[in-house]
Amino acid sequence: MYLYDQYDQAMVDARVEEFRDQARRRLEGKLTEAQFTPLRLKNGLYLQLHAYMLRVAVPYGTLNSRQMHALADIADKYDRGYGHFTTRQNIQYNWIKLEEAADILADLAKVEMHAIQTSGNCIRNISSDHFAGAAKDELVDPRPYAELLRQWSSFHPEFNALPRKFKIAVIASDTDRAAMRLHDIGIHIVEHGGELGAAFYVGGGMGRTPMIAPCIKEFVPLYQLVTYTEACLRVYNREGRRDNKYKARIKILVHEMGAEAYTKAVDAEFEHMLGQGIEPPFAELERIRTFFQDPPFEEDANGEIDRSDPDFALWVDRNTVSHKTEGYASAVISLKPVGGIPGDATSDQMRLMADLAKAYSFDELRVMHTQNIVLPHVRKADLHTLWTALEEAGLGSPNLDTVEDIIACPGLDYCSLANARSIPVAQKISERFSASGKTEALGQLKLKISGCINACGHHHAGHIGILGVDRKGVENYQLLLGGSEAEDVSLAKITGPGFDEAGIVDAVETAADVYLREREDGERFLDTYRRIGMNPFKEALYG
Amino acid sequence: MADLSFENDRLIRYREDDPVDHGAVTVDSFLDQSSASAVRVEPGDDARELIPHLERLALVEVNFPSFGDGRGYSSARLLREAGYEGELRAVGDVLVDQVAYMRRCGFDAFDPDAPIEESDLEAALSRWPEVYQSAADPTTPIWNKRHG
Amino acid sequence: MRILTGNDLKSGAVTWWTGSDWSLHVEDAVDVSGCEDETARREEASRRVNVPYAIDAELHDGKPRPAHIKDRVRALGPTVRPDLTLKPADPDIGNWVI
Repeated sequence: MYLYDQYDQAMVDARVEEFRDQARRRLEGKLTEAQFTPLRLKNGLYLQLHAYMLRVAVPYGTLNSRQMHALADIADKYDRGYGHFTTRQNIQYNWIKLEEAADILADLAKVEMHAIQTSGNCIRNISSDHFAGAAKDELVDPRPYAELLRQWSSFHPEFNALPRKFKIAVIASDTDRAAMRLHDIGIHIVEHGGELGAAFYVGGGMGRTPMIAPCIKEFVPLYQLVTYTEACLRVYNREGRRDNKYKARIKILVHEMGAEAYTKAVDAEFEHMLGQGIEPPFAELERIRTFFQDPPFEEDANGEIDRSDPDFALWVDRNTVSHKTEGYASAVISLKPVGGIPGDATSDQMRLMADLAKAYSFDELRVMHTQNIVLPHVRKADLHTLWTALEEAGLGSPNLDTVEDIIACPGLDYCSLANARSIPVAQKISERFSASGKTEALGQLKLKISGCINACGHHHAGHIGILGVDRKGVENYQLLLGGSEAEDVSLAKITGPGFDEAGIVDAVETAADVYLREREDGERFLDTYRRIGMNPFKEALYG
Repeated sequence: MADLSFENDRLIRYREDDPVDHGAVTVDSFLDQSSASAVRVEPGDDARELIPHLERLALVEVNFPSFGDGRGYSSARLLREAGYEGELRAVGDVLVDQVAYMRRCGFDAFDPDAPIEESDLEAALSRWPEVYQSAADPTTPIWNKRHG
Repeated sequence: MRILTGNDLKSGAVTWWTGSDWSLHVEDAVDVSGCEDETARREEASRRVNVPYAIDAELHDGKPRPAHIKDRVRALGPTVRPDLTLKPADPDIGNWVI
């Protein structure tokens, strides 16, 4: 994985001191809260319902064991012994003190980590495929391109006060595991005539106006990747709406201008910028790539798995994914125990995951946007030992991509923007399906819950989505069906009137039962919904 | 920092020449007529409209009515990219935490609504040891340093 | 009644105006009807509180209970982590929030 050189380290260290100075000025009253807010947000520091919250960047979701240990230590030293892994492949802490925030950033900098641009109206942490470098179906590892863009976007002087936040995802396989087309810019590394390049999808997003990004450029050569991205951003910075916060994302600009006119404006800016010499030397991309070489896989690793223990065999079937190298697998550690809080991990669990990564996965971990953790490169021969250790720590839930593997935002239990609680709904749904035993029969069923219209819980992209709203001071939950964040991307539709907390759990089960009744061979929930449409579900739900 | 000069309580310039002695006009009136050599660019103005007239400009003020409106950063860079060498002054809600970004986008003067303390300014401008990316300033980006 | 709340500037902790100071406990909050803006301005200026705002509340067993669920969650802590709330030992506290 990528390692800092003295330049990267100097920049992160400078950022710590800058924030220390800003926090001091705030505490001394030299900065008002209105002036301080954008500064703290650019360091990932929010003021939430109970305290300050710190969001730490995990660039493209990749961590080593030393970094995971540092995250655990921060949870103990500055927080309450746990952290929350997010749908942006980051981690956030819920009980942070302003007077200690700079010290946390300093601790992070010691392990080449930071909270730079994890919030605010700037280019956010770049996300990517959580199986990058391990996936059988990838063209190349997408992370070098994400890292190049991380560097380019860090402290970018022109784009530090964009109309709104800006999220970029980079993938390099036809299977989309990063919700690429639901980003402000989705970059798909492709090959044309033996040359690598980038397809640009611009103007996707969730939030209150969900949109699927159109492809605005099918092929940008890699030696123009940064220049083209910069052109996309400059058009947005100049033309994006600033009169209404809810219409300020680039998806609205692309939609209002039309993809064709936006592309034309970007192309004109790009032509101009080609003469400005802003593209990094190609040698930089080559340097970054050297950090993402394959680890020393054993050439004749034993591919046999002893399946005599049925619980282990179930976990292997559900939570491991085939690897590009014979004899290896990617193992998903579920942070979705039945009745648990999706994405939360205690400091002890973090340390265990770190140690297991060191022992069995070439020292690498990944954070998934589905709020689970991946050990990307595990010898199949080690899977049983790994699973045994996970089971003992409550991390062995065999439920990847099932109805129990729920994405949920922090919701009204933590978040000041939320209208309703998300976590209790997730807990009750996982308990309901675990108890009824239907999880297995339902197969792949992606359920995603947001506690407000901002859609941090990706409800638009759920096979089943749930949106919490405030109805006259009472929590109410809308049900959505038919979304997907993957390569078969689609936006979920609302079924009808909302439900109370108990009602939404019943409603999910009702929808699941319609699928079990109507499905044809090999169909997932989503496939059945697409074939039969909304009506059979509506009838079952509302009679 | 040697060329720093505080013209009055608020105006900060990083230029050797004398400041223009008359007020700036709007982009529209500048384009319409005018012998003016100073113009003020508002966030919604298209700075590119000035490009055919750069020789007769000695001062471009770029207004930041609110620090959160970042259009002025693009206006500044566009003008520098087009070869403008006159004074480029950020005016309005210009805060010390933005001046380093503004310098990188080509601003060489600041006229903030609220005065900026000299010590804070020095700290802000000497904060960053390096830059990652190219902009309107001559600083060599990290990735060029890495590769000679 | 109207009660005044905010967050402690340094720690971020949720606090409630008691008439003379800020408390972690909503039970200590006093009615600020008529002086909410003035109190908020003065306390924010002295940096004893960050972004204070007044909310509606009702008396419940003689103690103020915020009218909106969001402020009740703020007053207590996350409902999904009773161990981290201000009332970890009270099994009925969930009913107070919902």
